[in-house]
Amino acid sequence: MTHAQPAAFGTAHSIAAAVRSGERTAASVVDEHLARIDAAEGEVNAYNHVMAAEARAAAADLDVRIAAGEDVGPLAGVPVTLKDNMCTRGVPTTCSSKILEGWHPPYSATVVDRLAAAGAIAVGKANLDEFAMGSSTENSAFGPTRNPHNLGTVPGGSSGGSAAAVAAGFSPLSLGSDTGGSIRQPASFCGLVGVKPTYGAVSRYGLIAFGSSLDQIGPFATDVADAALSYEVIAGHDERDSTSVAQPALAVSSKLDAGVEGLRVGIISEMVGGSIEGLAPDVLARTTAAADALVAAGATVDECSIPTSIHGIAAYYMVAPAEASSNLARFDGVRYGLREDGNNTAAMNTASRTAGFGDEVKRRIMLGTYALSAGYRDAYYGKAQQVRAKMAEEFASVYERFDVLLTPTAPSTAFAFGAKADPMAMYLNDVYTIPSNLVGHPAISVPFGAGDDGMPIGVQVLAPLMGEVVMFQVAAELERAAGGAA
Amino acid sequence: MTESADDQVLSRDDVAHVARLAMLELTDQEIDLFTVQLGDVLETANAMNALDLGDIEPFHHPLGLTNVTRPDEVRPSLDREEVLSQAPAVEDDRFRVPPALGEE
Repeated sequence: MTHAQPAAFGTAHSIAAAVRSGERTAASVVDEHLARIDAAEGEVNAYNHVMAAEARAAAADLDVRIAAGEDVGPLAGVPVTLKDNMCTRGVPTTCSSKILEGWHPPYSATVVDRLAAAGAIAVGKANLDEFAMGSSTENSAFGPTRNPHNLGTVPGGSSGGSAAAVAAGFSPLSLGSDTGGSIRQPASFCGLVGVKPTYGAVSRYGLIAFGSSLDQIGPFATDVADAALSYEVIAGHDERDSTSVAQPALAVSSKLDAGVEGLRVGIISEMVGGSIEGLAPDVLARTTAAADALVAAGATVDECSIPTSIHGIAAYYMVAPAEASSNLARFDGVRYGLREDGNNTAAMNTASRTAGFGDEVKRRIMLGTYALSAGYRDAYYGKAQQVRAKMAEEFASVYERFDVLLTPTAPSTAFAFGAKADPMAMYLNDVYTIPSNLVGHPAISVPFGAGDDGMPIGVQVLAPLMGEVVMFQVAAELERAAGGAA
Repeated sequence: MTESADDQVLSRDDVAHVARLAMLELTDQEIDLFTVQLGDVLETANAMNALDLGDIEPFHHPLGLTNVTRPDEVRPSLDREEVLSQAPAVEDDRFRVPPALGEE
């Protein structure tokens, strides 16, 4: 049985236009979405916390301002879902971890403030794999989210709640975070557009850190135009994030209708050939069909090589856990979250962490602590950082000949609960998405048909640093082609 | 465990040591499980050793940002009461913890 109703009450841009013109009120839009959440959330479990009262209050306030003639912004009255690792002042923020259960942040993330300033209305905090560590949302301390297209399969992860919320029609937009594919893979599994911006394009201030050199916030949307619109709202320099790129948001909506005539599209041979095992035939077929569609629209397609991409998983599973072990040291029972008793401070710290973290988080903290420990740092963390540098060189060389690259997003369609109980099997899900995080480049997953099981398949467009304009341009062409094929 | 200690990338003692460094208390069963699971990941990582990376500089910020600072101006910080309201234990406007040198 399907619970999929993407854009149940209109896309973000259509809602914003109607609310701005007075044709619809923000209050009525919010009520429609809250009713939809009431009807299906019990089975989907997209949320850790539904912000019904806050959303109704924000909508009422917005309607007063609109009635007074005020321009309330490009996302006027648009309900949005926030991944529950983004701080919302006074509203519970848990990272789907027992260690943060009941915590009310004393400040909001920059992206949360920017959405509100653009007229968007937060309707809930979405479930995730604990601290964003996972690819299925099965690692949540509060129970898994189910894929609205088939409740027996995972929505992907770690931003599974954010993806499921949009696929189920709970909100037309959501935000996720992507450290190794955590936006793009669930977007593929749930039939949505999902964007991982250039590292530094979107502020990480108020995003609870997992792998600080890899994490980026980005949108989920039901179409490319909505994804572009929300990107323009959340991107741009923020002095509260020292890794933020010092320039305004790129105008990624500007070339959505430009087509792809003359653009050069590369296919990374390691990602469609035999070098990486486990690519499902139906996913490969859809990727090939996407390449053919771009050729039909006037682009040229050729193969290229990123030899170190086959070591992406290895490098990632050193770097991300290493950074996580450092970032999660702050959860020690002192300033926030869970505290378990101990006779001295260290015993209290250890007892709190042991009781508060789930298995996957412990596994990654252990791995990262090991990779950074005396005698091993150079062999593991240092080597992985060199692999990233080498990979960045290879991408730079490839982008001398190509404008964008095309790959599968994930090796398969959404899998069943419990299908990847072995951690290494789960990690291999990220093989196509991880390289973009390692080198900091932008990437987008666009729905491109369905698999043999009828479940959605996404294809991925990669672009060079700050290359989001051409990335969205190609994504829009794929969207037109997929619509024509359906 | 089927493998002998010599074949393993990681020993039980390594795992127990790392758990102490990470301030985590693991059961014997967890140590057994993590020894195998973390060993699998390290084995994958060891494949990177086959790469000849010479003296290539390790990766930092993709756009090369360094030494980012803001003007040195006094600004409001987080509200003290709001911050302390979220702490497990507070005394006299401070976070309260058990004694540093209490009994084990």
